[in-house]
Amino acid sequence: MIKIDAKNVDFYYGDFHALKNISMEIEPNTSTAFIGPSGCGKSTFLRLFNRMNDLIPGTRMQGQILIDGRDIYTKSEKVDRLRKNVGMVFQKPNPFPKTIYENVAYGLRVNGIKDENYIEETVVKTLKQVVLWEEVKDKLKESAFALSGGQQQRLCIARALAISPSILLMDEPTSALDPISTSKIEDLIHELKNDYTIVIVTHNMQQAARVSDKTGYFYLGELIEYDNTRKIFTNPEKESTQNYITGRFG
Amino acid sequence: MKVIEQEIQALKNSISEMWALVHQQLYNAGEAMLTGDKELAYKVINRERRVNAFELKIDSDCEDIIALYAPVAIDLRFVLAMYKINTNLERLGDFAESIARFAGNLPEGEPLDPQLIKETRVEEMLSELLSMISLTKEAFEKESSEIASRIFLKDNLIDEINHNSTAIIARYIEEHKSSALAGLYMAGVIRKMERFGDHCTNIAEELIFYLDAKVMKHMGKTEQ
Repeated sequence: MIKIDAKNVDFYYGDFHALKNISMEIEPNTSTAFIGPSGCGKSTFLRLFNRMNDLIPGTRMQGQILIDGRDIYTKSEKVDRLRKNVGMVFQKPNPFPKTIYENVAYGLRVNGIKDENYIEETVVKTLKQVVLWEEVKDKLKESAFALSGGQQQRLCIARALAISPSILLMDEPTSALDPISTSKIEDLIHELKNDYTIVIVTHNMQQAARVSDKTGYFYLGELIEYDNTRKIFTNPEKESTQNYITGRFG
Repeated sequence: MKVIEQEIQALKNSISEMWALVHQQLYNAGEAMLTGDKELAYKVINRERRVNAFELKIDSDCEDIIALYAPVAIDLRFVLAMYKINTNLERLGDFAESIARFAGNLPEGEPLDPQLIKETRVEEMLSELLSMISLTKEAFEKESSEIASRIFLKDNLIDEINHNSTAIIARYIEEHKSSALAGLYMAGVIRKMERFGDHCTNIAEELIFYLDAKVMKHMGKTEQ
């Protein structure tokens, strides 16, 4: 069963043809990395998976994206339901101006859950899942802004996981973090892929090599190569991929 | 040129120098053995230290590139292949030294019996080995896996000479009892040369891994 199935996807920012006929199949419970130079379209492609690009005026998409076999770009698709299933973590940690506890509980509350016992159980479970519990268990009522950048990012991952998505999108999730926090997030990705399908955009080649099962290399809006990460980083098919990952690009 | 490219070029230069040195060592060791030139034999023995110094330097350079530049794809295969080729070249240097020691230990004024040299085909074996080292070096410098793959056939000839040598030397010893020791030493030298051929084959396999990402190990010589 294919978790995410992109078929002949084209995407335009106005007249700019940002993605060109991209097809890709992503299997469930895997981690997939998108790499490529800035402006190559990797983040644009990632944001199509939970329709984040819908918010940008003047954009247009052609082709199909199926999640669990269902086309997410049909008129009947409810975007809020889609985003409940497809969580997202951004480059810069963006906790809400709320307590640590309320940040994680937020998604549950906006989805209409009122059972405080269930909410509390989920908050604790999710904070443990992102290996943050021991660090915050005594300050759950404190502001999320009091946490370090690495802790805030793990809190944001917890916030995304609390509403039980099946896919987690990560757009350069560690580029603003120090090496120790980065290492914690990478360990977390290894753990999380047992339960979620993870797609990560990264500029860090070694990170892509460490955390992903498959890697897609994008260049000028095209998917140049998509294969097992081991293959991409030991013997890529395309010279363009090799030039990029070995730093000989440009 | 990117920094990693400079590092890789420097490593290429070092290993190329080592290759040339090992070739010269075997050539001189062979000459010393065939002509009984002890001075040349001692020269080979003394220069073995240079081979060892190259090995240490190249090991260290490979470690530095891996630790500092995290090479991937062809760069990674290159460094891994050089790391192994380095070890094989060092072993070839050891074999050249041991052939030189054999030449150095020959009794004064008693060079090897030309009949023994002729019948064992040791000269032909030596020439083939020198050609194998040259060919691996050419494959390395021209980045040609096609040239590297020619080594496998050459090693078959080395194996054949080695295989036939046992019976030839046994017969020689029977016929020349006073030269039994020389015959036994010659058997030892031929065994070493056969191993020498195997190391050249290993080097060719590493070159093909580096250039084509194909693993040739344990595939059997005839299939290659």
